[in-house]
Amino acid sequence: TGSVVVLTCTAGAVVPVPPRSLSCRAFFWLVSLLLSSLIWFITVKASDPRDELLQKGLLIFGVMFSVLLQEAFRFLYYKLLRKAIEGLVALSEDGCSPISIQQMAYVAGVGFGLMSGTFSMINLLADALGPGTTGIHGDSQLYFLTSAFMTMVLIFLHTFWGILFFHGCEHRRWWEIIAVVIMHLAVSGSTFCNPLYMGSLVPSYLLMATAATWAYLLSGGSAQNLRRFLLCKSCSVIGTGDPVGSSGYLDQCWGGERVPRGLEQGHHSLGCQTRGDAGVWGHGQVVASPGGSE
Amino acid sequence: MITFMNNSDSEEEPCNERTSLMSAESPSVPSYQDGLQASEAGEAQAHRKRRTGSSRSPNNIADGEMSESGVPVRESTLENEEEELTLKYGAKHVIMLFVPVTLCMIVVVATIKSVRFYTEKNGQLIYTPFSEDTPSVGQRLLNSVLNTIIMISVIVVMTVFLVLLYKYRCYKFIHGWLILSSLMLLFLFTYIYLGEVLKTYNVAMDYPTLFLVIWNFGAVGMICIHWKGPLQLQQAYLIMISALMALVFIKYLPEWSAWVILGAISIYDLMAVLCPKGPLRMLVETAQERNEPIFPALIYSSAMMWTVGMAKPDTAARGPSQQTWDAAEDGRENHRSPSHGDSQMSETRSPVPTRPITSLEELEEEERGVKLGLGDFIFYSVLVGKAAATASGDWNTTLACFVAILIGLCLTLLLLAVFKKALPALPISITFGLVFYFSTDNLVRPFMDTLASHQLYI
Repeated sequence: TGSVVVLTCTAGAVVPVPPRSLSCRAFFWLVSLLLSSLIWFITVKASDPRDELLQKGLLIFGVMFSVLLQEAFRFLYYKLLRKAIEGLVALSEDGCSPISIQQMAYVAGVGFGLMSGTFSMINLLADALGPGTTGIHGDSQLYFLTSAFMTMVLIFLHTFWGILFFHGCEHRRWWEIIAVVIMHLAVSGSTFCNPLYMGSLVPSYLLMATAATWAYLLSGGSAQNLRRFLLCKSCSVIGTGDPVGSSGYLDQCWGGERVPRGLEQGHHSLGCQTRGDAGVWGHGQVVASPGGSE
Repeated sequence: MITFMNNSDSEEEPCNERTSLMSAESPSVPSYQDGLQASEAGEAQAHRKRRTGSSRSPNNIADGEMSESGVPVRESTLENEEEELTLKYGAKHVIMLFVPVTLCMIVVVATIKSVRFYTEKNGQLIYTPFSEDTPSVGQRLLNSVLNTIIMISVIVVMTVFLVLLYKYRCYKFIHGWLILSSLMLLFLFTYIYLGEVLKTYNVAMDYPTLFLVIWNFGAVGMICIHWKGPLQLQQAYLIMISALMALVFIKYLPEWSAWVILGAISIYDLMAVLCPKGPLRMLVETAQERNEPIFPALIYSSAMMWTVGMAKPDTAARGPSQQTWDAAEDGRENHRSPSHGDSQMSETRSPVPTRPITSLEELEEEERGVKLGLGDFIFYSVLVGKAAATASGDWNTTLACFVAILIGLCLTLLLLAVFKKALPALPISITFGLVFYFSTDNLVRPFMDTLASHQLYI
C-alpha cells in the first residue's frame, strides 16, 4: 500500500498551487459529481434493481453522463476564470494580469485531477489499512496496484486536459475541446475492461503520453527547450516559445511573457508584472526576473 | 456526564460571541509582544487616530466624515489602488485563514476516526435534554427541534449577557469568565483528551508525567491566550481549544439535533451580525467606538494588528517618526516575510530607514490579517467531525464537507473584501457544508461505491 500513496502523491506534488484556487476547482468538480450521481440515483431508483444488465447499462450511462458533466463544468470554470482575469487586467496598470491564463489552466487541471483522484482513492486507502485480503473472493489481486496507477494516470490526464481545454477555449479551436472530451470518454470507457487491465491501463498511458506532448507543445515548448533544460540546468535563459495563436488581447499574456522593448528574443519574464511572481511553466525552471524594468 | 453540565455554563459562553468574522480594519489590537507596546504607545495613538480617519471603516460615521475632509483629489486613484490591493491581498487573507481552519478540521477528523471515545454515545448535555432514542421519526424530529430551540436560546441569552457586560464596562467579570472557561478547556478537556488518546494507542503514562505535561500545556496556553506570547503559539493554542470544544460538541450532541443546531446557529449568526440590534454587531461596534480589541480569547487573528499608517497617503501630515517606521516595515515587507511571520516584524521593531517608501497601502494590507471568531472554527469542525463520525465510515463525505466549508469561507472573505465590515462567517459555509453532506452521503456515496466495486473511473 506504500506504492499506492506514493503514486498518488507523485501526481499531486509537482508544483505548489495556491490552495484557494485548488479548492475552487475541487468545488466545481464536486458539484459536477453531485449532479451526475443525482441523475444516476434517480435512474436506479426508477428501475428494477434485480435486472443486472439494466443496472450495468445504467452504470455505463451514469459514467458517460458524469464525464460530459465534468467537461461542462470545466468549461464553466474557464468562463469564470476568464472573467476574473479580465477583471484583474482592468484593474492593473499595464494591461497585464499577474496570473496568466496558462497558469490558471494548469492549476485548473491539477485541481480537477487531484479531486478526482482523491475521491477515487481515499476509500481504498482507508480500506487498505484493514486486513490484507485483496482478491480473496476470486477478484484480481492487483486491485490496489492497478487502482493506484489508474488514479495517477487520471490525475496527469486531467492536468493536461485542463491545459488543452483552456487553450482551445482561448483560441476558439473547438476541435481541441472536442478532442479532450473524446479522450476523457475513451479513458473512462476503457476502464470498463477492468479487471482486464491491459485493456484499460495501456491505452490510458498512451493517451496520457499524447496529451502530455500536445500540452507541452501548446505551452510553447519544443525539443530544443527540452534538450537545453536537461543539459544546461544553470541557464537562466529559456528558449523562446512563439506566442501561440493571435486572438484576444490576453494573448500577449498567454505565457506571461511580454515582448520586451529593446530586449532580444529569448528573454522572457514569467508573469507580466514581475513582482517576484516567479512561475514554473512547462520547463521546470523558475525564472524570477528583476524589478519592473522590463 | 453530570460534571460537564455544571461547567457548561462557562464553556458555552466562549462559543457564542466567537461567531463573527471581522475585517481587519476594525479595532486596532495592540500588539501582544512584550516591550513593544510601551515604545509604540505614543506612535500607536497617533496611528490609531489617523487610521480611523481612513476611508476604509464605514462602520463609524465619524470616520466617514473625517475621510471626507481629507484629500479629495487622490480619492479616485486611491480607490482603484485599494480595489486592486483588496483583490490581491484578499487572496493572501484567504490563505491565512485556510491553514488554521484546515488544521483544526484535520485534528478533529483525525481524532474522531481514531479515538473511539468521541463517537460513543454517553449521555447528553443539559442543553439538549430530549433524547433521540424514540421509535418514530416524527418524535425524533420534534425532539431535535426542541433541543435546538433550547440550545439556541441559551446561546442568545449568553451573548446578550456578555454584550451587556461589555457595554457597562464590567471588564473584570468578563475577564474572569473567560479565564475560567479557558482554564477548564486547557486543563480538564485536555486531560480527558490525552487520556483517551493514550488509551486508544495503549500507551502507558504515569501520573507525575501526566501532571507535568498537562500543567505546562495549560499554563503556557493561559499565558499565550490571555496575556502575551508568540503569535504562532497563540494561534496554535486557539486552534487546539477550538478543536477540543468541537470534539465535546460532537460527542454530546445527538445526531439529528446536531444538524438542526448547525442550521439554526448559522441563521442566528446571520441575524446577530447583520441586524442593527444584533448582539454581535453591537459588540463589534462598541469595541470599535472605544478603539479596543475584542477579547483575545474569543478571536483568532491571522496577523498581528500593527497600527500602521493610514490608507490615505497624506504624506504632508505624517511625522518623521511614522515615516521612519513605515520605511522599515516596508523594507521588511520587500523581503517577502511570510504571512504568519509578523512575529518577526515584532522582533525587529527598531526602525532603520533603508529604503524609500514605495507603497504604503501594500504594506498595510500585508500587515493586516483577518480575524475569525473561534465559534466559527468550532462549528466548522463540528460539521466536518460529525460528517466523519456518522457518514458510514465514508471519507468522500468528509472530504466533500471540507471542500464545501473552505469554499464558503472563500466566498465570505470575498464578500468581506467587498463590504469591508464585520460579516458572519457561518451561514455560507455551513449551508454549503450541510448541502454537501446530505447529498454526498445519500447520492454520491452509492454511485462511487458502485464505481469502485467495478473499478470504473470517471
